[in-house]
Amino acid sequence: MLRLSRLTRVALGIVVLSILFFMYTPLMVLILNSFNESQISGWPIDNFSTKWWEFARSYQPIRDALLNSVLVATGAMVIASVLGTLVAFAMKGFSFFGRGTVNILVVLPIALPGVVTGVAFSNTYSNFLTPMGFNIGYFGMIVAHSTFCIVMVFNNVFARLRRMNPNLQEASADLGAGLWQTFRLVTFPQFRTSFAAGALLAFALSFDEVVVTIFTAPPGVDTLPLWILKEVGRPNQASVVNVVATVVILLSLIPVYISQRLARAQEDE
Amino acid sequence: MALIEIRNLTKSFGNLKAVDDISLDIESGEFITLLGPSGSGKTTVLRMIAGFEDPDAGLIKLNGEDITHLPPFDRDVNTVFQDYALFPHMSVQENVEYGLRTRKVPKAERAKQAIAAIASVKLEETVDRLPHQLSGGQRQRIALARALVLRPRVLLLDEPLGALDRQLREEMQVELKKIQRDAGITFVFVTHDQEEAMRMSDRIVVFNSGRIEQVGTPEQVYEEPRTNFVAGFLGTANIFTADMASKLLGTSSTVSIRPERIRLQALGTKIDKSETSIVGTIHEAAFVGANTIYIIETEFGMKLTVRKTNTELLGQDDSFVAGDQVMAVWRNSHVAQIPV
Repeated sequence: MLRLSRLTRVALGIVVLSILFFMYTPLMVLILNSFNESQISGWPIDNFSTKWWEFARSYQPIRDALLNSVLVATGAMVIASVLGTLVAFAMKGFSFFGRGTVNILVVLPIALPGVVTGVAFSNTYSNFLTPMGFNIGYFGMIVAHSTFCIVMVFNNVFARLRRMNPNLQEASADLGAGLWQTFRLVTFPQFRTSFAAGALLAFALSFDEVVVTIFTAPPGVDTLPLWILKEVGRPNQASVVNVVATVVILLSLIPVYISQRLARAQEDE
Repeated sequence: MALIEIRNLTKSFGNLKAVDDISLDIESGEFITLLGPSGSGKTTVLRMIAGFEDPDAGLIKLNGEDITHLPPFDRDVNTVFQDYALFPHMSVQENVEYGLRTRKVPKAERAKQAIAAIASVKLEETVDRLPHQLSGGQRQRIALARALVLRPRVLLLDEPLGALDRQLREEMQVELKKIQRDAGITFVFVTHDQEEAMRMSDRIVVFNSGRIEQVGTPEQVYEEPRTNFVAGFLGTANIFTADMASKLLGTSSTVSIRPERIRLQALGTKIDKSETSIVGTIHEAAFVGANTIYIIETEFGMKLTVRKTNTELLGQDDSFVAGDQVMAVWRNSHVAQIPV
């Protein structure tokens, strides 16, 4: 292992700490301010209270937004899980013309600017599907989200499948298992951890998405990030915005944390 | 009727003809080995019998029934894989039960059979372990138990001993042969190790470049090789091409003589009239423990390999050293004629 001098280690420690400080101080201030009794955020906080948390809990627009966020993220996660896994299997199992292109096309949406994806979907829905008499509405938002969520599941599952011993499936067939039985008893248990890790990342990605949501949310429908965006300009709402922001942070971080743990567990296997 | 009939089997991968028009009969209850260098097509033939590869042309019959294009799960054959392919997330017992489970054997019954199979390879104490907690040799036995518990007509073994160290390998060779004899199951064994093949097999099928060179008992393929390839692949052979043979020995066909059948004598000593000798110079004398290997240079640039068993301590018999002129002598009946 690389040996560092004492001075270097101290210097590196200071660098790391200052980076962490700059990254996480704003978040900490935001979370602490969600417990600020005052209606206006500030520092230092004079009186702590859970007043705004209670307010947020019973405030209908926030409850609706939370429900929407969870529904959309869950829907996007389910679509991404199914499609991402299917693509991973196709890429692993077959070599076909345009395989490399398909690979890029699957990964591309995560790199596309959200505003482009948003405009593209919005235009398709309003200029193409609606005139055809097909009003996609709420589901359109889920579909738009799933485009960039697929890559999360695809990457995780594909990486795992590539490391999987191909003889296992042959051994299973050799021992009399049909295709579905082999998938259920041998193949799926091999990649289920990666699958879950990918699905959780997809959930988190969709949960805090805002740009694509702006363009594809039907009128009058808010997700939590969208609600924050609308309310943040109104000074009187600052404290309750902090509460909602804290909820968004938690609901995005927890899936990411579990996903990381799963990925590590998978490596240990 | 043979248990397995293979007719005109052909399989290509891209431009490469892996298996080129082979036909073979495998008898019930025999231990048959497909022997050849890597890339000779032996494993591809095994995989076609198992159903993992679909032949381009030809026919495979098992017990009279055409199984050429049946999926693996519809064939009464089982495979032991080179890397064992144990299911990593299942315990030893679950691995061995797997085939019974797909056959819908009731739970209690399949546990009983699985444990009996694990006991037959002497690994009762490992039933609850996961494959990664086993040693290579133990994994090998569990893979065997997993296949044998189904009592298949035919067991296919794809270089199953390749990953074991030498001592374990020799133990397993003896054990495999015993299991095969006791269970009366037909074994089709793939290996590139000619000694292993000769030690275990009733018959050996020698493969080269996708074709069968020769089929026969270990004695037949060793003593009566039908091609130069077979003579050279099984053991070491001194091959006299037709041209060399006519110059040096006065015969007209290609012949082969094994190094252990040649002895060295001092120049001018007597030989029997049923023997042949040629004169040469010792180019190299290598002591390798049980044997000393001599390389003799003769006329026309022909090199002979001679193996002498060291029945005496070095220097206590008439040993020769590099540079000595000697006579290489062999009995005429030990010369194998190679027809092609």
